Amino acid sequence: MVYNYFPGCTLKEKAKDLDIWGRRCAEALGVPLTEIPEWQCCGGVYPLSKDEIAIRLSSVRALIYARDNGGTLVTLCSACHNVLKQTNFDIADDENFSLKVNNYIAADGQEYHGETKVLHYLELLRDVVGYDNVKAAVKKPLTGQKIGAYYGCLLLRPGKKMAMDNPENPRIMEDLLAAIGATPVVYAQRNECCGGYLTLEDSTLPEKRVKRILENAKAQGADTLITACPLCFYNLKKYADGTGVEVRYLTDVLAEALGVKEEG
Amino acid sequence: MQKIGVFVCHCGTNIAATVDVEAVAEAARHVPGVVYATDYTYMCSQSGQDLIKDAVKKYGLTGVVVCSCSPRMHEKTFRKAVNSVGMNPYLLEIANIREQCSWVHKDKEIGTQKAIALMKAAVAKAELDSPLTAGETPVVKRALVIGGGIAGMQTALDIADAGYDVDIVEKNPTIGGKMAQLDKTFPTLDCSSCIVTPKMVDVGQNEKIHIYSYSEVTDVKGFVGNFKVTIKRKARYVDETKCTGCGLCTEKCPMKKAPNEFNLGLNNRTAIYIPFAQAVPKVATIDPNYCLMLNKGVCGLCSKVCGAGAINYKDTDKEIEVEYGAIVAATGYEIMDVSKYDEYAYSQSPDVVTSLEYERLMNAAGPTGGELLRPSDHKRPKTIVFVQCVGSRECDSTRGGKPYCSKICCMYTAKHAMLTKDHYPDTDIYVFYIDVRTPGKNFDEFYRRAVEQYGVHYIKGAVGKVTPENGKLIVQASDLLMNEQLTINADMVVLAAAIEPSHSARHLATLLTASMDTNDWFTEAHPKLRPVESPTAGVFLSGVCQGPKDIPETVAQAGAAASKVIGLLSKDKLAGNPCVAHSDEMMCTGCSQCADVCPYGAITYVDKEFRMRDRTTKVRRVAQVNPAVCQGCGACTVTCPSGAMDLNGFSNSEIMAEVDALCR
Repeated sequence: MVYNYFPGCTLKEKAKDLDIWGRRCAEALGVPLTEIPEWQCCGGVYPLSKDEIAIRLSSVRALIYARDNGGTLVTLCSACHNVLKQTNFDIADDENFSLKVNNYIAADGQEYHGETKVLHYLELLRDVVGYDNVKAAVKKPLTGQKIGAYYGCLLLRPGKKMAMDNPENPRIMEDLLAAIGATPVVYAQRNECCGGYLTLEDSTLPEKRVKRILENAKAQGADTLITACPLCFYNLKKYADGTGVEVRYLTDVLAEALGVKEEG
Repeated sequence: MQKIGVFVCHCGTNIAATVDVEAVAEAARHVPGVVYATDYTYMCSQSGQDLIKDAVKKYGLTGVVVCSCSPRMHEKTFRKAVNSVGMNPYLLEIANIREQCSWVHKDKEIGTQKAIALMKAAVAKAELDSPLTAGETPVVKRALVIGGGIAGMQTALDIADAGYDVDIVEKNPTIGGKMAQLDKTFPTLDCSSCIVTPKMVDVGQNEKIHIYSYSEVTDVKGFVGNFKVTIKRKARYVDETKCTGCGLCTEKCPMKKAPNEFNLGLNNRTAIYIPFAQAVPKVATIDPNYCLMLNKGVCGLCSKVCGAGAINYKDTDKEIEVEYGAIVAATGYEIMDVSKYDEYAYSQSPDVVTSLEYERLMNAAGPTGGELLRPSDHKRPKTIVFVQCVGSRECDSTRGGKPYCSKICCMYTAKHAMLTKDHYPDTDIYVFYIDVRTPGKNFDEFYRRAVEQYGVHYIKGAVGKVTPENGKLIVQASDLLMNEQLTINADMVVLAAAIEPSHSARHLATLLTASMDTNDWFTEAHPKLRPVESPTAGVFLSGVCQGPKDIPETVAQAGAAASKVIGLLSKDKLAGNPCVAHSDEMMCTGCSQCADVCPYGAITYVDKEFRMRDRTTKVRRVAQVNPAVCQGCGACTVTCPSGAMDLNGFSNSEIMAEVDALCR
């Protein structure tokens, strides 16, 4: 089975840790990821205007490649996952959108109707590897570590399209944390927005939001927060100093538990 | 030679605007067999009917075709009209040129062509029509009401008042329904118990009414006037005829951890229980899930203390069969499960409650004795947030959301806010709404009192998230009119959860062959003109099972359903439907396919002796239709592989003639 992998731009630059440990862990768990060739930026956020087609074409090309090479596409970045999955859903669901996209890609002699299965890395672990097998592969259980999962707004929403977990009361990351021996901390703000790109325009808003998230997590006893989103990571980390809460990538924590890090 | 008259209706402009009615009448005049054709503004009016009657007499018509609205609307009217001048009513045909023609077309040219085609088809059928006579069946003078809430009780009382016997089947141990759980009713704020419990007593004491409590309908056979209903009486482990309702057993029962349904699980009850003090019948019931004697074979305390010797641990479910002339569905509603609406933290904090739970917390007979204390720490809440439309008016059905408005929430929320302010004036109350909908007598005045007199903060906007934190509930919300984000530190959050049909209603509808809409509300026979009848003859609808309603509307509909039942039961005999199936025994091969598809069980098989050409006899198995049970749906006629089954009034040859006419 081939697991085509779409890393996304940020994972090649600012979020190298998210990418490297993600690949290494997947290898250790027997599901090595194959980076697809010549991938392009996913577009960053999903365009909500119905007539913006061109922005979504890079996603469609990645999806076509994956369809023709095993049928599965794995992503790790919350934003890339969101864009790819929404594009894939809409092309199967929205006739008008599908028609316009297919008119564009017909020039390349292509046709696409949403055949590829898009998986988030977490889904790969839960549904393909299985958390029981993850648990069995743990070499250094994170016993005693109180870790809060930070989902952010994008990973699970819109719930109908992401179809991954209950967006209001999720457990996919908590179950993983339990599997690698940590104590998952459930706190209410875990699926609230961090402020996202507003950090560029008016950083006071993300500051307010992130502080609220960190306070809530801290109050519930978390000493670490994990995330799968480079932007959330950036915003959280910026204001985490002095709060006593460490912010880490999900794959970083996983790599520690699987003993991948010691191998160098 | 047939002499057919064609009458084309304008229906004001409903038909005439998109169909050239004169052209239809003119075309009819050229159809062979038609001796008279005309058009008129309103054929259903008295003068329109007179036009038909006069023509029948003047031209000696042998068949009449009316080109008008759907036969569901006025077939009866026109049948009566032709019958009054001596014509068999089944010699009348309707060509529906309104619903399926003028209303769906914009182009007059196309509309007219289609109307002409439909008229020709109806004439072709009318030529083959033969007079039919309806048989008669006796009516069983007893009614069944399914559900013992305020709707079922009112229907039963009204039917009993007219002198007919009524049985109520209630799935719970007591009648009373949701209304018995309410504290006060809007907009008068009178005590709900004080109104409903005397009604329960009236029902219990009425000689004409028999209550089958803790029972369910498991099978329905027969037809209007002659239903045979199987009622399952669930094992109560207490002999109803012996139990005096003294309650000693409930005091002595050591198993006190069963969730109390009457208080929605906000407190516990004993394994042997009487749901509440005013229960009717006031008889104890043993909950088999919690009783120590039934589960572990030890205890038996209730049996020891019962002076009446009513306890019977060996009780079993029993089924009885009763005959009824009419059946009323009064199955009511349930509160939707809001646990999928996780943004409100219903399953995460005990202080987030549904409105019905809040009702119990305010009720003097509730778990807190009427003192408003929040479930988590039994402290009095100082700030309460009410969220409207939770699950109502919701397009996303994946969480169980309903597209409809639950109708009662705006009013009961205003009631809750006011009552809370009345008892505890220092409470801060916020109500988040999409719209406030208060049509009804004295309803808007009531809501405005909450805002203007009591100072309840009504905020147009949605609650995005409720976060339980350090004993508080942090409510994040938006105020759409101020365009502001709000954060409220609340002590309690009350969710106005959508109401949905009783979960047993879908199964019951199947048993009754009554139809339901996509939300599982029972469908009425006509949304405007027959609102309390189901499309299945002899089955009537009372209360919320037909759609969301408040108490006065429910009572009004309950009375209306009762009057329909009384009208039916007052007849000694019912004219049957002559449009029933019959089988040509010479063609029937006895294959059973018709019996398999018949939804009414009207077809049986008999062994019949046939004389052969060589004068020997041969026994063959052939189908026989019970015309009293057959509803004329036609499923058997299209299934029959040998063409032996045929339907009176819709015979195979008549339908083929219609198709031929359409294709010509």
